[in-house]
Amino acid sequence: MKNSVLLGTLAFAGLAAAGASAATLDDVKARGTLNCGVTTGVPGFAEPDANGVWQGFDVAVCRAVAAAVLGDADAVTFVPTTGKTRFTALASGEIDMLARNTTWTFSRDTDLKFDFVGVNYYDGQGFMVPADLGVSSATELDGATVCIQTGTTTELNLADYFRVNGMSYEPVPIETGAEAVQQYLAGACDVYTTDRSALAAQRAGFENPDDSILLPEVVSKEPLGPLVRHGDSEWADIVRWTLNALISAEELGVTQANVEEMGSAAGDNPEVNRLLGTEGELGAMIGLDASWAKNAIAAVGNYGEVFDTNIGEGTAIGLARGLNAQYTDGGLIYSPPFR
Amino acid sequence: MSDAHAHSIAFVRETELPPAPPPTAETGAVKWVRENLFSSIFNTIMTILGLLIVLYLLSGLIPWIVNGTWEGASIRDCRETLQGSGGGCFAVLAERWPQLLFGFQYPDYLRWRPSLAFALLFLAVPPVLFFKLPRWMLVITALYPFVAYWLIWGGTAITPIFALIGVIAGYFAFTRVERQGFVLGLLAGVIVAAIMWWIGGYIAAEEPGWLRIEAVPSREMGGFMLNMILGIVCVSLSIPIGIVLALGRQSRLPVVKGFCVVFIEFVRGVPLITLLFVANVVLAYFLPPGTNFDLIVRVIIMITMFSSAYIAEVIRGGLAALPKGQYEAGDSLGLDYAQSMRLIVLPQALKISIPGIVNVAVGLFKDTTLVSVISMFDLVGMIRGPILSSTAWTGVYWELWAAACVLFFVVCYGISQYSQWLERQLRTDHR
Repeated sequence: MKNSVLLGTLAFAGLAAAGASAATLDDVKARGTLNCGVTTGVPGFAEPDANGVWQGFDVAVCRAVAAAVLGDADAVTFVPTTGKTRFTALASGEIDMLARNTTWTFSRDTDLKFDFVGVNYYDGQGFMVPADLGVSSATELDGATVCIQTGTTTELNLADYFRVNGMSYEPVPIETGAEAVQQYLAGACDVYTTDRSALAAQRAGFENPDDSILLPEVVSKEPLGPLVRHGDSEWADIVRWTLNALISAEELGVTQANVEEMGSAAGDNPEVNRLLGTEGELGAMIGLDASWAKNAIAAVGNYGEVFDTNIGEGTAIGLARGLNAQYTDGGLIYSPPFR
Repeated sequence: MSDAHAHSIAFVRETELPPAPPPTAETGAVKWVRENLFSSIFNTIMTILGLLIVLYLLSGLIPWIVNGTWEGASIRDCRETLQGSGGGCFAVLAERWPQLLFGFQYPDYLRWRPSLAFALLFLAVPPVLFFKLPRWMLVITALYPFVAYWLIWGGTAITPIFALIGVIAGYFAFTRVERQGFVLGLLAGVIVAAIMWWIGGYIAAEEPGWLRIEAVPSREMGGFMLNMILGIVCVSLSIPIGIVLALGRQSRLPVVKGFCVVFIEFVRGVPLITLLFVANVVLAYFLPPGTNFDLIVRVIIMITMFSSAYIAEVIRGGLAALPKGQYEAGDSLGLDYAQSMRLIVLPQALKISIPGIVNVAVGLFKDTTLVSVISMFDLVGMIRGPILSSTAWTGVYWELWAAACVLFFVVCYGISQYSQWLERQLRTDHR
């Protein structure tokens, strides 16, 4: 009941705002900065560092779009949003795009009147338990107390999973990830469940990471990606193809280091040429200049580089590519062709 | 007579005995301990239990503080330095202290400006709090809001100067017209002030470069600075509004009374957090698209509404506690309503209300942390959001919250000590 009222309000809001803002690209160019909604902080995905500069995997998408549209990766106003305020901020036009590890779901795409432009991280919900609990599978969790963040899709997935398997559980609702970890470490709950990327990141921060194990079950699909408002397809195209440019760049071997050289003159590979604007008119088709993709890649690197610097195995978070490898390496990351 | 005595009594002491020291068990610390801590079996047991609890707490707390480390760039550095000695990882405070105070977006080379504004606060507030200081110092207090606004938000100095000119011009217009009636004077004051502000806005738009310092948008305010801004502004606005509401509620005019009652009862019946959500998300839909009504102003309006309703009820309590004779005394002296309120009723009613007002003020100051829920980065928002979920510091917990507790405790304890001092100063009954 509560939820449907909220969704209804949001949908109404989305309708009202859709009419108000048609040409987001013109607004962004006139303003000179991109208003990008991010989280208030998720390790590796979006976090301000000690100097107040935003860093992270989602932040890189914002910077890439700013570089493509405005030619300056720092021309971004980051608007931190909570799980509660993120959709209203986008619907009311306060932000131009939202890159806030938000799961692409049916109702968000249709009922809330948003457009998900792609997936930049394939996640899934997992479980973390203390090693000495002696549990090796999520199917043994009957009767467990579970720490869970409120207002997220994980809450609903958890209920579904336990119902399907005929098990009972006792939820311990918690507001933020940091509090959930503290509760879990203090023994207030047997299990902590959220997206596996977050579990791995938080486990890496534990004093004794080996005391906790991730159970093998992945109980949901959580495709996380950037989204924009309904009603401005040109703007959605720009965000979508900026993300695709980063993905294609990895596939084609274009990196932050060699993009200047490869983009200075047409080379042997026609697709690289089209991507970097040395051949064809792709930039003009979306209302940007020819070097849009080159600027984006030069600013943040290709998809693989963004992954490695922010959340990859070399960082404190230490996530493996897994599902997020290129399709050529057995993953799901796949960009339509630049043609 | 003396002869008879000399012979009938064997010995008469002619000097006074020097006072002997009391037995050790009946004096000093020993006596105090015996009487207060070990006076009965039950008290003895409680004393020993209490001591054990204090010792237990200290045995955890002291190593945590003493062994704690202030060096390091991440929690992993801390763990390496500490090697499980049980010390705290205070390095997070060392690294993120400016962020805790100013938020993570306020430009670091401009932090001296809010710091200066904070220092000036100690010049501006005492004239209001300590009435033994010379009265001319109130001028500093009156100027302070405009100077502080200019320092914290920056921009051209025309804006605060004309805001000040508007207030002064409005005041003069009020005093001129007041003789023809209070309401008329108020109206004249508001109109003159509004005209001055309108002119000021026009000039500021024409000459944005005059005496300009770098502007900082409201979105970049954060940290304890935000709590202080919200707390100070809302308390100082809500006390006068609260007085007006309390008087309005007692008014004989049905419209005024009805408005005040509805306002107070509505606001008191709604949780502050819902008002903040209204300020943050709902207002965005009602305003025409493109208008950017400053979020901090929206929040200040909501918190001020909330606390002025509470203060109005506290002051109404003070007004009700006054004997009816005081009101009648004012009337019989031939004072009009404004005079009898200003000279007789309010001074007494406010004195009775001090503990209640301070209670509301302290509660309000702590309630400013609720803005963290609408993604504003006050002290609590900074800790919960960017710091606790940064890769470097995820896992640090107690140190940050302890620091927040200390900051809030210092301010709130200061406020409550001041109110007790004020009560002693104003005590006129001879108890």
